[in-house]
Amino acid sequence: MAPTIARRSFLKVASLAGGGLMVGLYLDVPETVAQTLGRDPGLLPNAFVRIAADGTVTIIAKNPETGQGVKTMLPMLVAEELDADWPKVKIEQADFDDTKYAAQFAGGSMATPMNWDGMRRVGAASRYLLVAAAAELWSVPAGQITTVAGRAHHRASNRSAGYGELAAKAATLPAPDLTTLVLKDAKDFTIIGRSQRGYDVKDIVTGKPAYGIDFTVPGMLFAVFHKCPVFNGKPVSANLDEIKKQPGVRHAFLVEGRVKEGQVLGFEVDLEPGVAIVADTWWQAQSARRLLQVTWDEGAGSQQSSAAFARRAQQLSAQKGFKTIREDGDAEASLKTAARTVTAAYSYPFIAHAPLEPQNCVADCRGGKAEIWSNTQIPAGGRLLVSQTLGIPESAITIHMQRAGGGFGRRLTNDYMVEAAWISKTVGAPVKLLWTREDDMQHDFYRSGGFQFLKAGLDASGRIVAWHNHYVGYGKDDQFVSAGDISPDEFPARLIPNLTLEFSLMPLWMKTGALRAPGSNVYAFVFQSFLDELAHAAGQDPVAFRLQLLEQPQLAAVDKGPFSSPFDPARMKAVLQLVAERSGWRKTALPKGRALGVACHFSHMGYFAEVADVGVSGDNRVKVHKVWVVADVGSQIINPAAAENMVQGAVIDGLSELMAQEITLERGAVVQSNYHQHPMLRMSQAPVIDVHFLKTGNPPTGLGEPALPPVLPAVANAIFTATGKRVRDLPLAKSGYRWA
Amino acid sequence: MIYELTVNGTATQVDVAADTPLLWVLRDVLNFKGTKFGCGAGLCGACTVLIDGKAARSCQTRVSAVRAAITTIEGLSPDGSHPLQQAWMELDVPQCGYCQAGQILAAAALLAQTPKPTDADIDRAMNGNLCRCGTYPRIRQAIHRAAGTVTSTAADAAGDADGRS
Repeated sequence: MAPTIARRSFLKVASLAGGGLMVGLYLDVPETVAQTLGRDPGLLPNAFVRIAADGTVTIIAKNPETGQGVKTMLPMLVAEELDADWPKVKIEQADFDDTKYAAQFAGGSMATPMNWDGMRRVGAASRYLLVAAAAELWSVPAGQITTVAGRAHHRASNRSAGYGELAAKAATLPAPDLTTLVLKDAKDFTIIGRSQRGYDVKDIVTGKPAYGIDFTVPGMLFAVFHKCPVFNGKPVSANLDEIKKQPGVRHAFLVEGRVKEGQVLGFEVDLEPGVAIVADTWWQAQSARRLLQVTWDEGAGSQQSSAAFARRAQQLSAQKGFKTIREDGDAEASLKTAARTVTAAYSYPFIAHAPLEPQNCVADCRGGKAEIWSNTQIPAGGRLLVSQTLGIPESAITIHMQRAGGGFGRRLTNDYMVEAAWISKTVGAPVKLLWTREDDMQHDFYRSGGFQFLKAGLDASGRIVAWHNHYVGYGKDDQFVSAGDISPDEFPARLIPNLTLEFSLMPLWMKTGALRAPGSNVYAFVFQSFLDELAHAAGQDPVAFRLQLLEQPQLAAVDKGPFSSPFDPARMKAVLQLVAERSGWRKTALPKGRALGVACHFSHMGYFAEVADVGVSGDNRVKVHKVWVVADVGSQIINPAAAENMVQGAVIDGLSELMAQEITLERGAVVQSNYHQHPMLRMSQAPVIDVHFLKTGNPPTGLGEPALPPVLPAVANAIFTATGKRVRDLPLAKSGYRWA
Repeated sequence: MIYELTVNGTATQVDVAADTPLLWVLRDVLNFKGTKFGCGAGLCGACTVLIDGKAARSCQTRVSAVRAAITTIEGLSPDGSHPLQQAWMELDVPQCGYCQAGQILAAAALLAQTPKPTDADIDRAMNGNLCRCGTYPRIRQAIHRAAGTVTSTAADAAGDADGRS
């Protein structure tokens, strides 16, 4: 996915009232936007920079901010090429408007690769115009003008002017050709590559109402929405008359919603059935809810349980897979002739996203229109869903994007948005819907669980010659549940001459979805742990074993989809070698019960290798002392301190997933209800985390996701080296481990 | 029922049901949105406020049980000048930031009792405050910075990234 300027892109310059300059970038209309709008609107005015007559530079942050720092990072790219006075730059969060801003979403670690080039060109074009204006005013060649911190200078004649003084003139000049604009050499960067404080940090530490949950509109009512604990269940009746008598309660009603018969596949979101209670305050609505008695039609979903899935997966593993998605050479034959074979079964559970800010949305849906304030990660999906459910055109829907208290993929579904919209429309008033933590944990779009049955063969020299993997996951026939799929190119595929990857699927009523580093957050654990088993079976050092694997001839990629990206083994080798060096791999003597473990993983265009220093006590108490991370995400780390923070956070997130997070189904409902049953790491459990970015001559890519996957197998591999016990089932708590 | 509360130095009256958690009085009656709802069960610490200078879970504190002055994040300093707020900004601690008001108030209660905390003191005082984004290394650093102490783990000092301006 090359981050290039689209063929038809060009710049638009306009005057602002009061003598300012506005620079927009016109982009080709993405196919998806044209489909959403039902027409091709032509070129999109994409306004990103405003320079007021008083010199104030305002940069629009177009993407949703969920804690990934994009509200600061994208404007940095513009400001760098503009030579703006960064501490004085104002940043405005855009509303959702894909006719102006094209793609607006938080996902896939895509903000950097999609915007690295275009945002800098917007800044460069703005600077070009201001310089041209100064050149005309001073009658000097533009080439003699320099810019720094929001001012243009002509040294020879000792003249200078602030950007505000030049803005009116600049707005009358023709826009430069985007493609011929010269961008700065990285060595000249003064904003990019230096740690810049998050734009909202002062608001956060002083308690300003910065988040979706904090938003209010006059006359707003508060709603809770009670859904059937069993997936796809629906309410038959409820004691609504009693509920309506409770203090502050204005409305209580059943929502029929749309029940999908059978399992959910793909990325399907709909208005779910339930019971809505609307009151003057949220606590009143929630208090009334505690008296709610509902008769449910639980449907067929109540037959499902995690225990039954595990049994069924074992049965399926004994059979041939339903479908083969990759077949190189002849794995079966070479397993028979291999010098040594290793067999192992791995499993991982469903887990919840559980961002700290519970799902919420403010909606005002009256008179055939909808105005929505939401911390969604993908407003386009919400607008479509609200349009379809309320029967109003998308053009009648306005979505204001609010800061989110964490996303992690949970807010890629807009279920809470359509609930708020429906309730607002029904009661004829603006409504703030707020879920409880229990609602969130029991009605997530969960990270899919799964089972992997692996067999590998080594030749006499310890090289992997055969690999057979039967993945038992969830779905129908050959259709995976959302984010439960596996790529035919998933590492170590393409590097093993005889490899078969097949799968079988089990029907699932529960909903699944993308969780930070989807797929990778489990596949790294499975394959990097199994590779570790093979290294030990071959009697080889785990780092050397991986380096040798990465040197094998690379077979062709099968996955040519839009989200596939080429894997370069040489880049992985480099981060692996460096993390070994930095961690003192094989050079540090550790006490008994303590060891280093290593893993590496490629996802979201990022190469990450991690080593964990782990101690395990006799009673299976685990202490992760330190984790070393080496990453190759290209030539430039845009905001270093924020990048380090995010990588450290990804490691900590991964440790939470590793130790104790598990969502289990019993009788079709989720057992866990709050953080005590789905714990995340705490301060005392967080290791020291050393982060190093290996800069390479590749375009910068994202790092919110690819930093997470390797830490799980790195720790599990260390546990094996320290204790001789191999952990093959997530979470570790299932095997009796706890944090020290 | 009418309850008298002193919040951030100002006495005020609220008319709510006796079982209303202080959290919802602060957020929805008095409009102090800085105090956050995370779990509603005293498990995450996002709703931490100071009551009589001690860290308390406002989601587990009924309004009828409050007997002393309350400080929320809005009242920790008039302008964000509290050493903890300054340290949080200097180190750019937050990611999503949703837990940070609770973290800062828990740290404020710690420093009030233990002005020069060790890492072990920080672990004890902060273990009840979850950060879903995993900013614990930065939080630890920021507490040390505000207290003028250093972490006992030397490698932690590497937290300042290249090029910090």
